[in-house]
Amino acid sequence: MNVRFALRMVRREGRATGRRLGLHVLAIAVGVGALVAINSFRRDLERSVREQARTILGSDLELRRNQPFPDSVQAVLDSAAAAGVPVSSATSFGSMALAPATGRTRLVQVRAIAGAYPYYGGLTTQPPDRWLAFRDGLQALVDPAVLIQLEVGIGDVVRLGDVGFTIAGVVTNYPGQVSLQSAIGPRIYIPLDQLDATNLIRRGSRAFYEANLKIDDATVLRRFLYRHTKLFERHQVSWDTVDETEDELTDAFDTLARFLGLVGLAALLLGGVGVASAIHVYVKSRLDTVAVLRCLGARQSTVSTIYLLQAARLGVLGAALGVLFGLVVQALLPRVLAEFLPFDVVPRFHPAAVLEGFALGALVALLFALLPLLAVRNVPPLRAIRRDTDATPRRRDPWWFAAGLALAGAVGFVSVRQAPEPAIGIGFAATIAVTTLLLTLTGLGLMGATRRFFPNRAAYVVRQGVANLFRPRNQTLAVTLALGFGVFLIATLYVVQHTLLRQFRLDARPDRPNLVLFDIQRDQLDGVRALLADRGLPVLQQTAIVPARIHALNGRTVDEILNTPGAYRYERWALRREYRHTYRDTVVASEQVVEGTWFGERRETDSLPQISIEQEIARDLNLGLGDRITWNVQGVLLESRITSIRTVNWARFEPNFFVVFQPGALDDAPQMSIVLTRGAEVNARALFQRDLVERFPNVAAIDLTLVQRTVDTVIGRVTLAIRFMALFSIVSGIIILIGALATSRLQRLREAILLTTLGARARQVRAMLLTEYAALGALGGLTGVLLAGASGWLAARFVFDVPFRPPIAALAAFWIGSAALSTVIGALTGRELARKPPLEVLRSLSE
Amino acid sequence: MIVAEHLEQTYLSGGRPLTVLHDINLTVEPQGFVAVVGPSGSGKTTLLGLLAGLDRPTRGRVRLDGQDLAALSEDDRAAFRADRVGFVFQTFQLIPTLTALENVLVPLELKPGGAAGDDQRRARDLLARVGLGERLHHYPTQLSGGEQQRVGVARAFANRPKILFADEPTGSLDAETGHGVIDLLVELNREARTTMILVTHDPELAARARRVVRLSAGAVVADEPSPS
Repeated sequence: MNVRFALRMVRREGRATGRRLGLHVLAIAVGVGALVAINSFRRDLERSVREQARTILGSDLELRRNQPFPDSVQAVLDSAAAAGVPVSSATSFGSMALAPATGRTRLVQVRAIAGAYPYYGGLTTQPPDRWLAFRDGLQALVDPAVLIQLEVGIGDVVRLGDVGFTIAGVVTNYPGQVSLQSAIGPRIYIPLDQLDATNLIRRGSRAFYEANLKIDDATVLRRFLYRHTKLFERHQVSWDTVDETEDELTDAFDTLARFLGLVGLAALLLGGVGVASAIHVYVKSRLDTVAVLRCLGARQSTVSTIYLLQAARLGVLGAALGVLFGLVVQALLPRVLAEFLPFDVVPRFHPAAVLEGFALGALVALLFALLPLLAVRNVPPLRAIRRDTDATPRRRDPWWFAAGLALAGAVGFVSVRQAPEPAIGIGFAATIAVTTLLLTLTGLGLMGATRRFFPNRAAYVVRQGVANLFRPRNQTLAVTLALGFGVFLIATLYVVQHTLLRQFRLDARPDRPNLVLFDIQRDQLDGVRALLADRGLPVLQQTAIVPARIHALNGRTVDEILNTPGAYRYERWALRREYRHTYRDTVVASEQVVEGTWFGERRETDSLPQISIEQEIARDLNLGLGDRITWNVQGVLLESRITSIRTVNWARFEPNFFVVFQPGALDDAPQMSIVLTRGAEVNARALFQRDLVERFPNVAAIDLTLVQRTVDTVIGRVTLAIRFMALFSIVSGIIILIGALATSRLQRLREAILLTTLGARARQVRAMLLTEYAALGALGGLTGVLLAGASGWLAARFVFDVPFRPPIAALAAFWIGSAALSTVIGALTGRELARKPPLEVLRSLSE
Repeated sequence: MIVAEHLEQTYLSGGRPLTVLHDINLTVEPQGFVAVVGPSGSGKTTLLGLLAGLDRPTRGRVRLDGQDLAALSEDDRAAFRADRVGFVFQTFQLIPTLTALENVLVPLELKPGGAAGDDQRRARDLLARVGLGERLHHYPTQLSGGEQQRVGVARAFANRPKILFADEPTGSLDAETGHGVIDLLVELNREARTTMILVTHDPELAARARRVVRLSAGAVVADEPSPS
């Protein structure tokens, strides 16, 4: 091999490749940029979590329970406090807040606090330094959203239950709290010693109890935990330390970043497909040169090296450009994701992420270029004197298989490496492979079909245009692949997004509930119903709720189960959690019995109350039909038998339950009720809520239209992040599309000039070009859209487990858009032809 | 210098074998100048391809400068050509991305050792010799057909070949330009004492050779000294 000669040739040929392949360098750059940005950002996140975990937790140890701490745990806390350890307490729950001045009501998160928590991080208030000072008397601090939603200001009164609190200030920055959280449930902070007076916490109320300790010596903390672990576990007290918070956050954000990275990887692979199709066309245009070089005595390896080095140079150039681009994007990402992040992210330079992105970009470009480059090896020197000499690859060329294998292996490896889970990575790579394969088949099929079903009776220009699809040196395959892949990727993202958004769309039909009242105590039920009737609001559904915990499964207590070797078969949280049961004799619309029979249809032989259990939780508890569950219903043990298993659509805004009891067994248990109603008028609903809060302060009301708005906001932010990453693929796809069409444009322009030289009118040539490009665009786009529909269905069915309904109109728009883009490029080609004399175009085209 | 024995070439055409050369025997002495003539499709270019080692014959053998081409691999034949063979093509076959000077340098650079300063000088001299001393840095598209072929001639002589193959060198040129190119080719050939095989269907051009081999339907039908 003559390396010096190869290098010289690379330099010389570069003068032409720059112009021809520059666009594809950009496509690689966009993909590398996306990866460098997201992988650098991932490291930024990790670092920020490490640095700020203590701030996010606000303490060194947080204890939590969804019931008041039992005396034994409280004693531990008291003795710690007595020993000088700072201990803070908090009780949080949802409640209605009423602003008497404006008559506005809003469901808020009440946080009743005592102690100096948070010990770390810069909590700020407006006016300043109110955090500790506001606790004298009936004062409250609020999230900024509370002021907006209740239309009140500092100094106004907000009523919580039986007590009116004066707003003493606003919490402007609460360390560790995601700003999105405040949009969903804005917080009101009140002194813990005023909580009882509100009368909001009643039997069965859902509240969370917290204690925060400041033990900054890690050894002391470890010893403290070691000593009390058993006690905490026995009483279902969960805890978090700084280390655990760090791990949890790192895991959560790593998954998020990896998912976004996968979208970035799609952009890079799309760039790879672009490189492959560009190199394919480029190599075709270089076959004569290769033949001459071989004829003049260049070895096969020397010639191969020339073109391999050119591809490598393109890859390296694209990757380098991508790195620069990625660093810019990295700085932008924290802004796009700010709503999700409970801490500040400072972009830093991460050599590893940059190197990885760079290497990946160069590798992808080179591997994708390898297959089309192999054609160079098969060019016989004879071609220099005989142009018609065949240069097609030999069948069963081991190099071809090796290159294909290397490409598949690299795509698989990179996908798995980038994905949050190997299975997702493999699925991702497989989707890419199947799509490429199907698009290739479509391209080949299109060529075959047009040849076979040639429109013999069509006008001359149409026949010419269609014939261009299968004539020698056609671009059908390259354009179908690039166009189809681009459309596929963009449309898939849209379909998935549409499917997910649709899932959260509120059912707005006139007979559907839009106001949910919950936490209605048994003695309040008649009053609430009377108030509803008075306002002309119907009771659409009334559901009783009975809180309970699992005591035993088939006679074995939870503690016994968890202390035996078979414990791994059970989901710990499912055994420990608090359940909210209901009882009724009908199956509701959001559920479906899949095993066993619903109650009432058959009497069991024993006298145990029958229950219907949800499929997933039954699996988590390792239970089936006929199994027994003993419940602890507020201190009373109640055994039940599973007689049916249901699936439940949780996404519906309706009360849904893991367990439904046969009516009768729970009738007398302590319970609350949920009532669903519907009010057409916004103001009528608001007035009703105000009166409800005044008469029944503990009853919470949720206006589902407001929930819908919040959900929309949240999803809007999520999709913004996804769209931001998808943007890379879209840009990459458009670049490749233009590149592919532009390459075929050169070829067609040459032929068109021949035709004009032979006497064709510009109008006829334009019509031919339009026909060809419209056909290419329409078929490539159609394939992409259909594949997007299929992959959207797969994602909905297997990844997100939601019903799928294709956005037909949008998909049609994508199809028309891609066909239009292709046609426009065809039209532009024709225009250039009409403007310039044939000879001038011919000269400008020759290399 | 060139010995071809019982050359036969058969291709598959539409699934059936098609013999385009039958039992060709040819010997060309060193510094000989042979024109191969015949109508289109008579097998001229096929013969040239076999003699130059660009293709393998179905039967028979070719010895160039004492070397049996059949004994060499594809790459070895390429190296052999780089060392001892020059080409002039009908369609010039200049590399479009290279300037005139760079095109002439290619055979020199392909030789082991690469292009030294001497080679640069030689390429410039050759281009000056063919009258393109002022157009060293022009690309093929910036040159006329005649100029392109003159670059082709300069390239053919760059590596001081022992054997030169010219395939219809005037086929793409008008008569006057063609004559100019042929004059140049003959002149340089004489100076360099190269053995030259010229394929043409132009009788006037063939008359410049010292010997004319006439092909018809893949067989030698005449082999005689040039009338001139």
